[in-house]
Amino acid sequence: MGVLISLLIGCVVAFAAPLLNRAAGSRAGVILALLPLGLTAYFATFVPRIAAEGALRQSIAWVPALNVNLSFYVDGLSVLFALIISGVGFFIVLYGSGYLKGHRDLGRFYLAVTLFMVSMLGVVLADNIITLFVFWELTSFTSYLLIGFNHEQERARKAALQALLVTGTGGLALLGGLILMAFVGGSYEISELLNQGEVLREHGLYTAILILVLAGCFTKSAQFPFHFWLPAAMEAPTPVSAYLHSATMVKAGVYLMARLHPALGGTDLWILLLAGFGAATMVIGSWLALCHSDLKRILAYTTVMGLGTLTMLLGIGQTEYAVVAVAVFTLAHSLYKGALFMVAGSIDHEAGTRDVGEVGGLRKAMPITAAAALVAALSMAGIVPFFGFIAKEFVYEAALAAGSLPRLLLALAILANVAGVAAAGIVALKPFYGPVRTTPKHPHEAPIAMWAGPVVLALLGLLFGLAPGLIAAPLINPVAGAIAGAPVSVELVLWHGFTPVLGMSLMTLALGIGVFFLWNTWRESRFARGFNRAFGVAPENAYFRTIDGMLWIAHWQTRIFQSGYLRHYLTTVIGVTAFAVGFTLLSRHGLVLPGGWSAITFYEWTLAGIMAAGALVAVFARSRVTMVVAIGAVGFSVALIYLANSAPDLSITQIMVETLTVVLFALVLIHLPSLRPVESRASRLRDAAVATALGAAVTLVMLTVLTEPISPHLTEYFGAHSYVTAHGRNIVNVILVDFRALDTLGEIVVLGIAGLGVFALVKLRAKKRRDGGADV
Amino acid sequence: MEPLLAIMAGFLFASGLYLMLRRNYVRVVIGLILISNAANLVIFTMGRLARGNPPLVATGETMPAEGFANPLPQALILTAIVIGFGLLAFALVLAYRAYRELGTVDVDAMRVAEPPYPGEKTVSGTPDQEEA
Repeated sequence: MGVLISLLIGCVVAFAAPLLNRAAGSRAGVILALLPLGLTAYFATFVPRIAAEGALRQSIAWVPALNVNLSFYVDGLSVLFALIISGVGFFIVLYGSGYLKGHRDLGRFYLAVTLFMVSMLGVVLADNIITLFVFWELTSFTSYLLIGFNHEQERARKAALQALLVTGTGGLALLGGLILMAFVGGSYEISELLNQGEVLREHGLYTAILILVLAGCFTKSAQFPFHFWLPAAMEAPTPVSAYLHSATMVKAGVYLMARLHPALGGTDLWILLLAGFGAATMVIGSWLALCHSDLKRILAYTTVMGLGTLTMLLGIGQTEYAVVAVAVFTLAHSLYKGALFMVAGSIDHEAGTRDVGEVGGLRKAMPITAAAALVAALSMAGIVPFFGFIAKEFVYEAALAAGSLPRLLLALAILANVAGVAAAGIVALKPFYGPVRTTPKHPHEAPIAMWAGPVVLALLGLLFGLAPGLIAAPLINPVAGAIAGAPVSVELVLWHGFTPVLGMSLMTLALGIGVFFLWNTWRESRFARGFNRAFGVAPENAYFRTIDGMLWIAHWQTRIFQSGYLRHYLTTVIGVTAFAVGFTLLSRHGLVLPGGWSAITFYEWTLAGIMAAGALVAVFARSRVTMVVAIGAVGFSVALIYLANSAPDLSITQIMVETLTVVLFALVLIHLPSLRPVESRASRLRDAAVATALGAAVTLVMLTVLTEPISPHLTEYFGAHSYVTAHGRNIVNVILVDFRALDTLGEIVVLGIAGLGVFALVKLRAKKRRDGGADV
Repeated sequence: MEPLLAIMAGFLFASGLYLMLRRNYVRVVIGLILISNAANLVIFTMGRLARGNPPLVATGETMPAEGFANPLPQALILTAIVIGFGLLAFALVLAYRAYRELGTVDVDAMRVAEPPYPGEKTVSGTPDQEEA
């Protein structure tokens, strides 16, 4: 119950936020920040409970008939993410209130960001896979609103749509994968599916499940080659980037892979895909970061690197080091990356630019921000005694302990981290040190709302580094245990002694500092440009080409199917009907012909001949008079057929109607032009073919029906009751005016409406038109 | 008679459909008439035929003679003939009005509801002139 209520409160607050913003003005940010603060405190109470009692489950029936329940599963992994989401969320709301101060859409920002936070909490807490998927899509949806916050700018709209399409496409794949998983595992609850690992992994559908689920996770967590949407999403206001694109949304994919690791992980395919794509993303992301000078882009690409690292670790997965590394790295990354994003935003806000080449020496003007940036960057660079150091040690240990290709993975990890060290230096040192540069705005220290977040997050990075024991047993071990699917107990220590891994850390640092000093040379080198084109620009261009291609196909098929010509629509309808009827009949029933041919008399053959001749003349006639005569011949033949087969009423009616028809035709045709055929020979042949096909289908259906007996029930009923019950001797008339009187009423109404329509067409004129306004 | 009528109904259908696919709207209306007749023949034939035994109750009797014709299809067709005529009248007058308004009876040239796509080649020659 508690989890659901907390989420509902969040929703209510989200929708009340715009009103609050109007009412409370500049204090609204502080008031709203109480929500994530309260949620952080609430989720913190779970930490000791989980450490003592294990995972908790809460469930409320939502649509039980479809196995959809509002069920939540709270274990170490959920709580770690929930704490990151609500904790960072607190600072983001504060930061946003300063960053967007006075913005006319600030209320909308509060609404979207709070709603996003609730959705994200839903993702990491949900137990039911449908509930999870709903929240998952809600994060895509709210992130669309947040990335496109500056909706007057085309670039922002484009980036928002791009993120939505990429993650939304992956989301659809994910839904498919989750449902298949429920189908195979026999439950819609993740907590139960986790126990079905053996069944899932050995089922024939495992490959399909894994690929679909990973398609969702890889797009959400910006894995190569889908990483391009993340740097593009930097069009968002910085609080959004700091929240969605470093600490929370992009980690949703990582969360889900970690969550499902006990159920789906450990197979060769899992290891190949995750370690392969993760390592590639890690290396590509880290070095792409160095190809740019926009602070946010650098941070975005290093986030791609971090996500790649986490994916790779989950791919390795089987060792204790790997699962602990995931837990530690997730926390460390959220702390320093959130802080650095906010710092970048503050620089942009105060100096008016966030291009590294255009700012310098801001340290004097912004001392607190500079200090926070330095502390966060030291953690990011993995320097003793910061939490990032422990994280990096674990990443290296995990790579070394990998089941396959440990040296290659380690080499790649070092390669990526060298770039990471350089990037940390660029972000934290270049803007604040060196000569003071003139910037578009005169820089001041950011307001407290904007430096509180970076300072606290950076200091937490230091605190957890100095005293890792604070979180090891209560938080990290349950997280690692949840990912591994079995209890894990590791001691986190800052100092491991002089191990080979420490040597690699030192080497990374040294190389990173070297790259930092050679950055400008690297960035302008032909190799870096080619690298950016191949791995940064090319995937995004592929996306644009795909979108263009889809638009082209849509346009093409619309032109084909919606040609605007009535005849084309009719041809399609006739062709499809003929095929569907004829194919079904012949394939299901075969060709059966009824008997009774010998009973046809001479005059019946004659009537048929007249009818056929009339129809043929009607088809080929060039003169209007000939045509009217021809259809008259057909109509009167039909009347004679009725007469010959015991239907005198029909015959009389038909003769009257045929007479009226001829009169009507004569009246109208005088006013119309003649019938010169204009169609090409090819189109006539095609039309003849389709028409003949449906005509033949009609004949075949009728012949088939004639081989079956007819039920005499209704015939007998009307015969027995016509006189006795309804006192009429003409049974057809009795049916019309008595048994089916309402049908006849309907018929009269239709005729009346047709009459009104005829009257309107002949007599009424649109007022603006000249009389007989043939102006085409 | 039934198998022959099945063939005739199919033949009328094919002729009517072919006419409905013409560009000249008058031919489309003619096709409509042929299809109405064909549809009536389908209903009539499917109810099976009886010669010389109409569904009437003779004076002094309470039941029709044994083997009387099936009255239900006849009732349906009676309705259909009348409604078919209503439809025909409407369609013909529509042709008249369309010609008055648009100056053509070529359905391909009637592109008011679905205007041509940009750059699409449209119909130029319309079958408007009276034949010599």
